[in-house]
Amino acid sequence: MRLSASIPEPNVPLPNILRNNGLLYWISSVDHKQIGIMYLCSSLIFFVLGFSEALLMRIQLAQPGMTLLSPELYNQIFTMHGTTMIFLVLTPMLIGFSTYLLPLMIGANEMAFPRLNAFSFWIFLFGGILLYFSFLAGGAPNVGWFSYAPLSEKNYSFSPGVDYWAISILLMGIGTIGAALNFVTTTLTMRVAGMSLTRVPLFVWMIFVNSFLILAAFPVLNAGLVMILIDRLLHAHFFTTASGGSALMWQHMFWVFGHPEVYILALPAFAIASEVIPVFSRKPIFGYEFIAGSTVAITLLSFGVWAHHMFAVGLGTTFNAFFAATSMLIAIPTGIKIFNWLATMWRGSILFSTAMLFAVAFLIEFTIGGLSGVGFALVPVDWRLTDSYFVVAHIHYVFIGATLICGFAGVYYWYPKITGRILSEKLGKWHFWLFIFGFNGTFFVFHFLGLLGMPRRVFTYPDLPYFGSLNLFSTFWSVVLILSFMVFIYNLFYSLKQGKPAGRNPWNAWSLEWLTNSPPDLKSFTEVPVVQSRRPLRDIRDSVQSGISALNETGVEHA
Amino acid sequence: MPRYKIFMFFFLASEAFFFLALIIAYVYYSHPGGDLSATAQYLDFKRSALYTFFLLASSLTIWLVGRVSGNKKKFFRLFWISMTVILGLVFLFGQGSEYARLMQTDITVSKDVFGSAFFTLTGFHGLHVIIGLVVLSIFLLMTLSGRFRSVEKTVLESASLYWHFVDVVWLVVFSVVYIGAIL
Repeated sequence: MRLSASIPEPNVPLPNILRNNGLLYWISSVDHKQIGIMYLCSSLIFFVLGFSEALLMRIQLAQPGMTLLSPELYNQIFTMHGTTMIFLVLTPMLIGFSTYLLPLMIGANEMAFPRLNAFSFWIFLFGGILLYFSFLAGGAPNVGWFSYAPLSEKNYSFSPGVDYWAISILLMGIGTIGAALNFVTTTLTMRVAGMSLTRVPLFVWMIFVNSFLILAAFPVLNAGLVMILIDRLLHAHFFTTASGGSALMWQHMFWVFGHPEVYILALPAFAIASEVIPVFSRKPIFGYEFIAGSTVAITLLSFGVWAHHMFAVGLGTTFNAFFAATSMLIAIPTGIKIFNWLATMWRGSILFSTAMLFAVAFLIEFTIGGLSGVGFALVPVDWRLTDSYFVVAHIHYVFIGATLICGFAGVYYWYPKITGRILSEKLGKWHFWLFIFGFNGTFFVFHFLGLLGMPRRVFTYPDLPYFGSLNLFSTFWSVVLILSFMVFIYNLFYSLKQGKPAGRNPWNAWSLEWLTNSPPDLKSFTEVPVVQSRRPLRDIRDSVQSGISALNETGVEHA
Repeated sequence: MPRYKIFMFFFLASEAFFFLALIIAYVYYSHPGGDLSATAQYLDFKRSALYTFFLLASSLTIWLVGRVSGNKKKFFRLFWISMTVILGLVFLFGQGSEYARLMQTDITVSKDVFGSAFFTLTGFHGLHVIIGLVVLSIFLLMTLSGRFRSVEKTVLESASLYWHFVDVVWLVVFSVVYIGAIL
């Protein structure tokens, strides 16, 4: 029986990430770890921008009739906030984690196409810069993050903002497709000996399945984007109802992409939770097969639910009934996952580290977002609540409650691997509690505002009963959110130098990324064990304990 | 299966979704009110069928590039790649002349919604032909200068997959646009 497989690569001493921090070294890098870090850092920078925009909106809405932002500017700000958070913060954050971790988890030293990897990152970054350049070039996009036609057409939105929006999202879309192609090929061809597709960590499996979602959804968006660009720049008539086009076609094209996009942002979050929860519960994941299978079910179903964003359009009862049914169906595989995670924690010896706290918070907050989502599947409820603050509450409970919270869990969990030092747990707990109170305080009242009839995307509102007080309440808690993010960012910088050294495997986890040094050398693995189960590091520890030397020189830390 | 083939299959699959969206849009926009747009009668079925034949022939010639053997291997390779490029150029010329003729009868991307959909769909296909021709020309020049032996097979097979895909897309587009217009 072979216990280790050497990787056929020249054994040249390679530079370490921490030592070589020259700018050119990063710009020219094709190493998946460096590109992953660059994704995460750009995500953080864009997060600060997107969050500042959100704060401007919250201040403007704190009281009825405020005049901090003009209506024109407010339109630009909320469009940029949505576009930034979805395409420039959450997407690159998840792609960053995947780029960094996916090769490590399958015991590979590189992605299948390192240069494509660099291309994907840079085209995304320049897409993002282009989007923000629109502020200087005559006005940012001002038609909402889904740019409904005919408002986004030239005769209604004359500033070049929408052109910038379409081109930069096209670029980011191409980058995302490139990354997905890389993930698929890497997962299929570069797994270490013994790691069959039924043994990969669930993180890898979900990123793999998610890549198919990207490959099918983003091209449809790209088609819609080129059509709106041709409309605007060459005076075509795709979405201009006045001259024979169909504004509805844009809605279909956007949401055929848009709804899978929600899962594109949710599945990698589930992936992070599926790594964090078992490790801190000291139990293998409950129902591996069910989590893997339900991921595939979500992927397939997510292409059949898009029109639930369009119930208010008037597509007809049959049409509405079909999409209402599929939208309720998709809650089943998602629910299966929630119960699997709960069962993983059941009777585990749970360690409430900050990462685990965030993962548990995810289960609760995402369930709230999921339940309001199922509510929208009921067509009459949707008619009542469409385009109200209830929708805003729902989208934030999904994107923050699942994606961002899992992103935080991922940062606390993998920061030791990426930097070699553990994030301060004390600051982490401050970050966590401030965040949970700030987040729920800011967004939970949106449900009530929506039920009371406050429409989304208005720059101000009349002084109706409760409107002023609920909005002020929300704005107050958004200040607490600022504090929590400041603690988080301070923690990132503080722990980079002052944090406790992590060692290879600070959490005593089981997947292969913890076999490398922290931070990993440029060549992550010199030797990888032949994988014999879903928890390879546990096998190594057991065999070390029973006297077999599993690894000649790497020597695994064991508890 | 080698990496580059897996990559190409998935890449082309995502391209297929892109074209699928454009084709659906075309089908929708070419039937305003349920009937085929009157503008469709100006399409030239016969000439386009001829140019379609040239493009399909180029799929055969690029297949032959990989099949040559024997002592005149390099010569025949160059010959069949050049043939592929020439056939692709003939197709592009055909598409260009069709565009020019339509524009003379005042059918443009901004004329009506049929024009928007027609020029967008066929235009994006043409763009893919151009990209394929650029790749094949680079391959031709590199083979001429005798460089890059080591990755020759990878590049050739990826380029062929792409080229076949572009041809298949055209077959679908031709069926939907031109055969659909005379039915």
